[in-house]
Amino acid sequence: MSDPMSDSMSDSMSDSMSDPMSDPTSEQPHTPERTDGSAMPKPEHATPLAVLKTYKLFIGGAFPRSESGRVYEVTDPQGNWLANAPLASRKDARDAVAAARKAFPRWSGATAYNRGQVLYRVAELLQGRRDQFRAEVAAAEGLSKAQARAAVEAAVDRWVWYAGWTDKVTQIAGSSNPVAGPYFNLSSPEPTGVVAVLAPQDSSLLGLVSVLAPVLAGGNTAVLVAGERTPLPALSLAEVLATSDVPAGVVNVLSGRTAELGPPLAAHQDVNAIDLTGAADPALAAELEATAAENLKRVRRPAVDAEDWTADPGTSRLLAFLETKTVWHPMGV
Amino acid sequence: MPSTAPALPLADVTVSDAALRRFLHGLPGVDAVGLESRAAALGTRSIKTTAKSYAIDLAISMIDLTTLEGSDTPGKVRSLCAKGAAPDPSDRSVPAVAAICVYSDMVREAKEALRGTGIAVASVATAFPAGRAARSVKLADTREAVAAGADEVDMVIDRGAFLSGRYLQVFEEITAVKAACGEAHLKVILENGELATYDAIRRASWLAMLAGADFIKTSTGKVAVNATPANTLLMLEAVRDFRATTGRQVGVKPAGGIRTAKDALKYLVLVNETAGDDWLDPAWFRFGASSLLNDLLMQRQKLTTGRYSGPDYVTVD
Repeated sequence: MSDPMSDSMSDSMSDSMSDPMSDPTSEQPHTPERTDGSAMPKPEHATPLAVLKTYKLFIGGAFPRSESGRVYEVTDPQGNWLANAPLASRKDARDAVAAARKAFPRWSGATAYNRGQVLYRVAELLQGRRDQFRAEVAAAEGLSKAQARAAVEAAVDRWVWYAGWTDKVTQIAGSSNPVAGPYFNLSSPEPTGVVAVLAPQDSSLLGLVSVLAPVLAGGNTAVLVAGERTPLPALSLAEVLATSDVPAGVVNVLSGRTAELGPPLAAHQDVNAIDLTGAADPALAAELEATAAENLKRVRRPAVDAEDWTADPGTSRLLAFLETKTVWHPMGV
Repeated sequence: MPSTAPALPLADVTVSDAALRRFLHGLPGVDAVGLESRAAALGTRSIKTTAKSYAIDLAISMIDLTTLEGSDTPGKVRSLCAKGAAPDPSDRSVPAVAAICVYSDMVREAKEALRGTGIAVASVATAFPAGRAARSVKLADTREAVAAGADEVDMVIDRGAFLSGRYLQVFEEITAVKAACGEAHLKVILENGELATYDAIRRASWLAMLAGADFIKTSTGKVAVNATPANTLLMLEAVRDFRATTGRQVGVKPAGGIRTAKDALKYLVLVNETAGDDWLDPAWFRFGASSLLNDLLMQRQKLTTGRYSGPDYVTVD
């Protein structure tokens, strides 16, 4: 299997060169031109040279390589090479947390309505690149074309769903409390801060969106550790986020070993919450939870059984990263 | 005739404006490309574990913790002094800073707050930061600061006179301020960002040292270009060469724009590799900084606990 991104690029280019009248929305997949990473495409009617994509991290709105200079091979479930992904180090994690902290005041201070619009636009752009994501998800998870299409559609749908929640979550999680005195007593949910998210290992896009979008919808900023074996859709999602209206640093994407990046993030004193969904090993999850207790992080434990990412997500992930703030205000009578 | 430094081998170069100009323009020109690449190369050193720990503590002890804002209040100065004396209240092994640097009208407040700590009070003077005032005003400013108890005085040179070639005027002003300082140490701010060329920075460094500066300082922190590794390296070369020529050691203080521990460590490498470890001492090298201290403290916490720290664990300045 060849690199899905460079395939789709060279496909679309050869489409437009060989037959400008072809339907650009055609979903007919093109046969890969290469059977491994080294062979070049056949030079028939001046097919452009295939350009292999260098996947990179996403930190503070920029696309750096890992500070360590390391990469690792990403393969499909059959073991065929897909691409090299950066193998992020704890210093990359540190930089990502610093970027997320810097972005927090603006993102958490934006109106809920504005956040909803920004997140909705992410869904628009995700939809616009669905062909690329279908190819990447199919390659990453070994799905059929139909399954991959369904996964991408569900991911777009999920993103829109959470975008709609930004200005509604206060109504379900907030309250006006009766108190014995001449005061208004109001509770409202507020963002927690910087959230480290260990993305699920089993669902490279739908699962990823399902854990990332609720964190953002609540007004938090995120440091996302992509699934270890399937990081490519996450790294491409970073490109979508970079070209949307999401401010730099609100989402930072790291690829690498979950067991290597989890501990420094769990121990980091400037991370306010951690989502352990991607800590598939129970021993690792327990260790990270204990480490996270040091500065009283909010912790979301991984599910005991495999999660069904197609099921109705509910609001539990949204509420897991919100703090309730209660205000007493004199009635003035 | 200036009264200082008659014993110096270079005493004859300051007898007249012409002699001073001849000497300063006779200094070798600066190879700008070479200087910048040397500074950049020294900035790539990797400093780890025990060396890093030593360097962080040394850098903290070299800080002139500074507040030079129009909005400074006595309360702010007092809290800055408290922070300088115990930078990390949760860890008493953190060294104190070298000095607290304030405007001259805040010296009394700072002196009072620092009594018994051994931390010096530095005051900017001579119509800081522009230096555009009559000499009588500058000298009065200096005397006020010293009378209020300043241990160190940071003066600015008259860049207008320097850039128009009136070197003797600048020289005489520095010697006059030095005389007004009495026992207080004199740091001379060259304001590199306004001197435009490396050659001018080298000349200004020598001019200040000839006039009796105890320290030469890069900048006020009030202009676009402040301390850079390259111009600090140039000044370190100047103090090294000055000691080799005259036997008198002069300190260096980069100020403005040094915000991270990583930057501070790069400067310490420059000091060690250029001037030598005689200068790796708060008596001979200082950082003029305010936000640098918090980053050094966060790095120190990382080294002691193994966990990355964050801005929640240091003071808000």
